[in-house]
Amino acid sequence: MSARGFSGSVIATLVLLALLLLGPCILPIYWTMIVTEIFIMGLFSMSFNLLFGFSGLLSFGQAGFFGIGAYTAALLIQTGFPSLWLIIFCSVLVAALFALAIGYLCVRRDEIFFAMLTLGFGMMLFTIAHNWRELTGGSDGMPLCSVPPVRLPGIEWSLFPPVHVYYFTLFWTAAGVFILWRVVRSPFGLMLTAVRENKQRLAFVGADVSRIRLAAFVIAGGLAGLAGVLFCVFNRMATPDFMHWAFSARPVLMTILGGSGVFFGPAWGAAIFFCLEQLVTAFTENWMIVLGLILIPVVIFFPQGIVGTLVQWLGDRKESRS
Amino acid sequence: MEAFAVNLLNGCSWGMLLFLIAVGLTTVFGVLGVLNFAHGSFFMLGAYGSMQIMHLFNSFWLGLLVGPALIALLGMALEMGLLRRVYGRDVSYQLLLTFALLLVLDDAVRIIWGPAYHVVEAPPLLAGSFAFFTHSYPVYRLFLVAAGPLLGLCLWAFFRFTHWGKIIRAAAMDRDMAEGVGIRVPLLFTLVFGLGTWLAAVGGALAAPHQSVGPSMGERVIIESFIVVVVGGLGSFPGAFVGALILGLIESFGTVFAGRAQMALPYILLAVVLLLRPRGLFGREA
Repeated sequence: MSARGFSGSVIATLVLLALLLLGPCILPIYWTMIVTEIFIMGLFSMSFNLLFGFSGLLSFGQAGFFGIGAYTAALLIQTGFPSLWLIIFCSVLVAALFALAIGYLCVRRDEIFFAMLTLGFGMMLFTIAHNWRELTGGSDGMPLCSVPPVRLPGIEWSLFPPVHVYYFTLFWTAAGVFILWRVVRSPFGLMLTAVRENKQRLAFVGADVSRIRLAAFVIAGGLAGLAGVLFCVFNRMATPDFMHWAFSARPVLMTILGGSGVFFGPAWGAAIFFCLEQLVTAFTENWMIVLGLILIPVVIFFPQGIVGTLVQWLGDRKESRS
Repeated sequence: MEAFAVNLLNGCSWGMLLFLIAVGLTTVFGVLGVLNFAHGSFFMLGAYGSMQIMHLFNSFWLGLLVGPALIALLGMALEMGLLRRVYGRDVSYQLLLTFALLLVLDDAVRIIWGPAYHVVEAPPLLAGSFAFFTHSYPVYRLFLVAAGPLLGLCLWAFFRFTHWGKIIRAAAMDRDMAEGVGIRVPLLFTLVFGLGTWLAAVGGALAAPHQSVGPSMGERVIIESFIVVVVGGLGSFPGAFVGALILGLIESFGTVFAGRAQMALPYILLAVVLLLRPRGLFGREA
């Protein structure tokens, strides 16, 4: 990427961020909440794409870590933990620890095996949440009566108005995206790409492929957990559905829609997903069949996703002009 | 002792159903190299399709014969129209395409047959139960215990001894070489995908009187058959048999010994096998 292109993308990101900060002033409350959900699922999808797009690992169990984050937060809030900062920190930590244990078993296998293993372990977490009634409330889930306010020196910020939740979510999503951006641009990020491109060669030059993959899995799991915490605060509820494999499939679908090769692709995919859902559910209840019918041509003809294809098309045009 | 025998039979009958489904999954993977996410949906379609035909003609056997055949035709059409386009691609995209198929098929079932559960009666020949110690045990389950290995044996003999079986194995081993000696591999792939779909649909048709027919029945089955093929070894015939049997038995005995933790047992099995023998019980070294 040229220096000009780099600063261009930074400027574009800042402009977008400014627009998002203004969002609730322009948008009606209903759409403010939908955009909040897009942030959460966008972060979730981007954390998934650290595995899929950057490391070539297709995980079908990320909802497990998302749910772990949500449940840890719900449990801590229910026991009356006062500090939201600590709750978030602990939830992300617990999700990352689960990712460490499960990832240790999964990263040794490739492709299809990896997909099936993550699916299996994700469903194991779902089963636990579903059946351990005393701890998690079973299939009823854990409703939250109150959420502690955000405490900064001198300010107390209640998380009851949806607009406050919007800014809260925006802050943490931006933080999560920043972490991902740093990871992807670090030497470690290059190693991840090398794992995707040719793991034999990487192993031959002395790198520990499993360890690199495990590190990516833990980062992705932790950030999925962060998204889970945000979703729990947004929803005021943690339910076993958060861990079901149908939920794991969401970041997969959003990433495919947006494009796995572009850094912000999955987040755009999330935006496309929710807007389409709003559009389709106005006409029919059977949103999944529509989604499937959209995905089939995307997978066959535009494997780079909608945003990925657009970016490539623009790039080609620029090249042919110069 | 008595409870033990009942659990044993229960485990075997579910295990044999799982075997039929998993063997289709493993065959398609072994030959085409595609792991079919929609396999559970074909299982469900098999159950619904044969149920519909049973209702129309009032015959279980006709449903069992015609229903799965129709679903197999659908599978072949999907292979020719969609799957064929992604063979050269990364496996992730094949998995994603079959996942999109799953979304479409599952929702289609919900649109056509509604969200309600249906009960399918066993055919008169296999209805009723027989005295088993002090219990009575349904004849139908015993039929399943026998039907699974029988079909499996036929399949094994087909692959081992017949001309077509040899051609399929050759194409699975080396696609280019098979094409080189004049085998029409694309046609073969379509037929094998049809066979895999047929096996799933037969499993569904046979499962219909064993459990209720509902829109979420494919979901449980796809995850369990994934576990079976990983535990047994992906692409392995005996692996699918042993894996299915182990899983069936774990589930039926789990309700007795593990209580509520029973639902987690399959995943624990998965973890243990992977730790001790990552390629599965009967899998070849990758």
